[in-house]
Amino acid sequence: MIALAKLIYPFRRPAPPAAKPPMGFFTDSTLCIGCKACEVACKQWNQLPSDGFEFSGDSYDNTKTLSATTWRHVVFVEQFPAGDGIARKPPVVPVPETPIDPETFSLDALLSGSDQGRWLMMSDVCKHCSAAPCEAACPTGALVFNEFSNVYIQNDICNGCGYCVAACPFGVITRSPHDGHAHKCTLCYDRQRDELIPACAKACPTESIQFGPMEELRVRAAKRVDELHRRGIADAYLYGDQPSATYSALGAFSLLLDKPSVYGLPDEPAMPQRNLGGDYAIAALGALAWIIAATVALAGNAILW
Amino acid sequence: MPGLGASFGRGAATSFQGDLANSDCILIMGSNMAEAHPVGFRWALKARERGAPLIHVDPHFSRTSAMADLYVAIRAGSDIAFLGGLINYIIAHDRWFKDYVLHYTNASTIITEEYAGAEQLDGLFAGFDSSSSRYEAAPGAWGYSVEGSGQVATDPTLEHPRCVFQIVKRHFERYTPEMVAWVCGCTLGEFLRVAELLSRNSGRERTGAIVYALGWTQHSTGVQMIRAAGIIQLLLGNMGRPGGGIMAMRGHCSIQGSTDIPTLYDLLPGYIPQPLAVPAHASLTGYLEHGHDYNSAYHSSAAGFWREAPTAGYWANLPKFMISLLKAWYGEAATADNDYCYGYLPKLDGDYSQLATVIRMYEGTVKGLFLIGQNPAAGAPNAELNRAALRNLDWMVVRDWFEHESANFWYADPRVTDPRQIKTEIFFLPAAAMAEKDGTLTNTERLLQWHDKAVDPPGDCRSDAWFMYHLGLRLKRLYQDSTLERDAPIRDLTWDYAAEGPAILPDGNASRIVDEPDIERVLQEINGRRTVDRELLKGFAELKDDGSTACGCWIYSGVFPADRDNRARSRNPALRGSTYPEWGFAWPNNRRVMYNRASADPDGRPWSERKRLVWWDDAEAKWTGFDVPDFDVGKPPGYRPAPGARGMDALAGDAPFIMHPDGRGWLFAPNGVKDGPLPAHYEPRESPFANALYKTQTNPTLREFPSPLNQLAIPRDPDFPIIATTYRLTEHYLSGPMSRFNSWLNELQPEMFVELSPELAGQRGIEHGGWMVVTTPRGEIEARAMVTHRVKPLTVAGQTTHQIGLPIHWGYAGETVGAIANDLIPIILDPNVSMHEAKAFTCEVRAGKLNNIRRAKPIYAATRAHGDEPIPDTPSYAQPEGRQQPGQIGRFRLVRLFRRRSKVT
Repeated sequence: MIALAKLIYPFRRPAPPAAKPPMGFFTDSTLCIGCKACEVACKQWNQLPSDGFEFSGDSYDNTKTLSATTWRHVVFVEQFPAGDGIARKPPVVPVPETPIDPETFSLDALLSGSDQGRWLMMSDVCKHCSAAPCEAACPTGALVFNEFSNVYIQNDICNGCGYCVAACPFGVITRSPHDGHAHKCTLCYDRQRDELIPACAKACPTESIQFGPMEELRVRAAKRVDELHRRGIADAYLYGDQPSATYSALGAFSLLLDKPSVYGLPDEPAMPQRNLGGDYAIAALGALAWIIAATVALAGNAILW
Repeated sequence: MPGLGASFGRGAATSFQGDLANSDCILIMGSNMAEAHPVGFRWALKARERGAPLIHVDPHFSRTSAMADLYVAIRAGSDIAFLGGLINYIIAHDRWFKDYVLHYTNASTIITEEYAGAEQLDGLFAGFDSSSSRYEAAPGAWGYSVEGSGQVATDPTLEHPRCVFQIVKRHFERYTPEMVAWVCGCTLGEFLRVAELLSRNSGRERTGAIVYALGWTQHSTGVQMIRAAGIIQLLLGNMGRPGGGIMAMRGHCSIQGSTDIPTLYDLLPGYIPQPLAVPAHASLTGYLEHGHDYNSAYHSSAAGFWREAPTAGYWANLPKFMISLLKAWYGEAATADNDYCYGYLPKLDGDYSQLATVIRMYEGTVKGLFLIGQNPAAGAPNAELNRAALRNLDWMVVRDWFEHESANFWYADPRVTDPRQIKTEIFFLPAAAMAEKDGTLTNTERLLQWHDKAVDPPGDCRSDAWFMYHLGLRLKRLYQDSTLERDAPIRDLTWDYAAEGPAILPDGNASRIVDEPDIERVLQEINGRRTVDRELLKGFAELKDDGSTACGCWIYSGVFPADRDNRARSRNPALRGSTYPEWGFAWPNNRRVMYNRASADPDGRPWSERKRLVWWDDAEAKWTGFDVPDFDVGKPPGYRPAPGARGMDALAGDAPFIMHPDGRGWLFAPNGVKDGPLPAHYEPRESPFANALYKTQTNPTLREFPSPLNQLAIPRDPDFPIIATTYRLTEHYLSGPMSRFNSWLNELQPEMFVELSPELAGQRGIEHGGWMVVTTPRGEIEARAMVTHRVKPLTVAGQTTHQIGLPIHWGYAGETVGAIANDLIPIILDPNVSMHEAKAFTCEVRAGKLNNIRRAKPIYAATRAHGDEPIPDTPSYAQPEGRQQPGQIGRFRLVRLFRRRSKVT
């Protein structure tokens, strides 16, 4: 009987946890000060190893990429006008002989707009896509949607095949050099189950990383974009809060100030299955060709002569 | 500190970081707040989100600049020219808050006839003695003019040629916008934007804040930069009001505590001056009469307003503070008969500041050193001279978490070829980290926050309090039978801090360290007790000068007003109006915004409803509001002192700056700062430029230390044409002991680099990511080149000027190693606080690496327990995370075998 029980046991599954409202991240990059507390908090909570000490020269970003051992990555983009040779530009206001009288010259021109350049900073993370291609690609069922609608890798099931690595359009997942399995941001599943907020959101000093129910975050983010537009920051927009023509909505969406590719994100992420359309067609044709060839070969005598 | 102390009365940040959220305009200058104080910076961002412009004026475009609405690049060391330009603009365009200035500052005070200012004396002030390089030739030359009746002369119309307002106006007349652009290298438009934004956002209805940090203090004119900010905030009426004030952002989590208690050689707890070895201070009575007098041999400056200890203002209570302190230290042995053991206190006969002491170590007159939580071998200016000094010691006790550069120089410094030649005997005693001990931190906003012990420290690590306590016990045992007079101070010292039993940790286990002192008892002694029944005092108002009270630090009194009422532990985040009165304890007496009397007009009504903070309640006949009033609670606004009144009774009901004898904010400082009553722009000691404002090139009172290891460039030295400055990165902490032994931080910023502009890099053939050498008269270092457009050439005095920036975080001890930026900094000290000039010096740069040098190798084995073995002699609850106990078997062990073989740890 015990033997029978052991045989049946792997096929008996307990009920999965009851679904909860979807939770996720809204990362407002206009509040990011590039402090990397999110990177360190994540590494400390999850006890991830460091990735080596290499000076990248890419602004202040020596982390370079998300990987199995780095689940938060702060991007730095320097956008400064190239110098026009040696001297700085001449003063905006011509030098007068008498002291400046604010009543008679317009300061509005001085007070608005600036060509001083900007330094964009954003904390990148696994997007926890609503329809995650990595979850679809996983052959072992290691990748699942948990009760918070986050994408989660069950490490004891993952066999390290790497299909998820190829499937992710954002390049989030890699396989760890330590144990060969795929790892990525868990959205602090363990903390969420104890009703804590993720470590990165907890550590972020300026609340650039905001965690909460997706519905609430989307409303808050839309209001934030409106407010920024009102203040004259017309570049602000949301990336991934809504589904696009080619991709689902993201469970971790961002407020950006420039094209996604400037931050290292795909401008138009697409479900990787779409790339396979041609392959399916060729496979179908190939199958047809084989069927014809086999038929000819086997029944050839009967058909041809 | 003296910059703020002379301007307002206390040398500390005048508000709290959360108050920045109430500001209508924030000027951050000499500070990289987002990188150095990222958690506090959230409040500045909240102000920005409410529409307040964030302005960052700094030589270095940092992550703070990235968050600012307006960034202005200036030449390192030209801050006084810029601030002077702001003062000139405010006065010339009538943007100053007239009622505030008239009633709350010394603008109407008339200065004595002997005074002559920088515009008359080519950059000097009256009374300069060129033989001693100090302002001691004419004591009283900066003082208030006193009439025959003994009253100070004033002119409320502000027109008398020698009234402070006119003196200030004349002094800053030459700081025109064009002069600012010429000297600082910014554009006219940028300067005018800053001036206009500040002016528009100050006044009755709006307030602006100024934030500064070591970008101002680490200059030979640092104190005067802060004084200039003080003048601006007084003229604009921003002091003592919500969203106003000056946030001095201190550079360490508890360095405010280190000056409050203090670890400075010339101060006693609560900023009481250390007695001097002069006849006037031979007795307690003598000291109390002259103790706060800055006109003595070692604190020379023009005497100013008073020649005796102030009889007006809060410092008139000095006897209560001093005698209570002596009672706290010497307990029953301190009686009125023996001057309360005043004779036990060391009397100063010279400069014993840190860098002066290092020079003595280098010269061989200091033989031993206790080095606690400090790393001068990499973190001090002219680090090579510091290392040479350490090599010259006979013995050294180092207490820290890791064997940093000052502990392992004898084998790890690449310049040490043979450790056997080093005579220094080093005792390394590992220290406990913050979560491994009880205690308080006093942060930059004067806030005491208690932290509880969470785990035991591993192995032999012990807290610094444990070390000091047991050292004291052993010294007392050693001297207990001595009858020598000179051993009495040790015998008579009160030392009753023993805990009743081992602490219970949050997980329920008893601490295995059974002899840790009880830190709450220390805090209670600091708070103060009545000597007769040991009752805890409720605040410094209860202090007496008759030996019936004992108090270890009068400004902290009130932190522990009753048994089990440790206010430093309080964590209630509730807002009252605009303050958080129940989060921690802010000195003095939990006042969050200092000088908050100034938030109400002379009649006691808030200047505006929008900016109300404290106000006079006629019905209750007391001051009330959102903060503890920084004022006599019962003194009505209309109170006028009777002639001959003393102490606080001598201050009127509309005198908010109660530490000053005239109760006013000082636009002109008659004393308190040694290099002038007003800020004047001087060039940094190493500069490519002549001073365009005065003939006096550099601060005439700054002190130099000639030495072969401390050479200086001559002014406008053609060999060193590039200006260099130093700064921090968020990822690391100071010279590295707290960050470069941590892999997660090291991978964020793994290598020492230098930031320079593409223009300069092109000229010198330096490639981005390649190697470069920085050369100064102190020596050379090599580092990676970060070539970036964030650094721009400036046009200063009509010529193109290049600046470079160096982070200060690397050394030869740690997981990552790199060049020590402080090897390039000279030791030149400002006269007020012996602060060095690290933020502006000159250098040359070239491409390539240094030749023929030994390079440091990262140290792994000596500083990290290898792999995942548990630390010996340490129970499991005190192990670092992830360490397995011996004997664990199973697949965890297998996984760890794999991990050990991998290259990445």
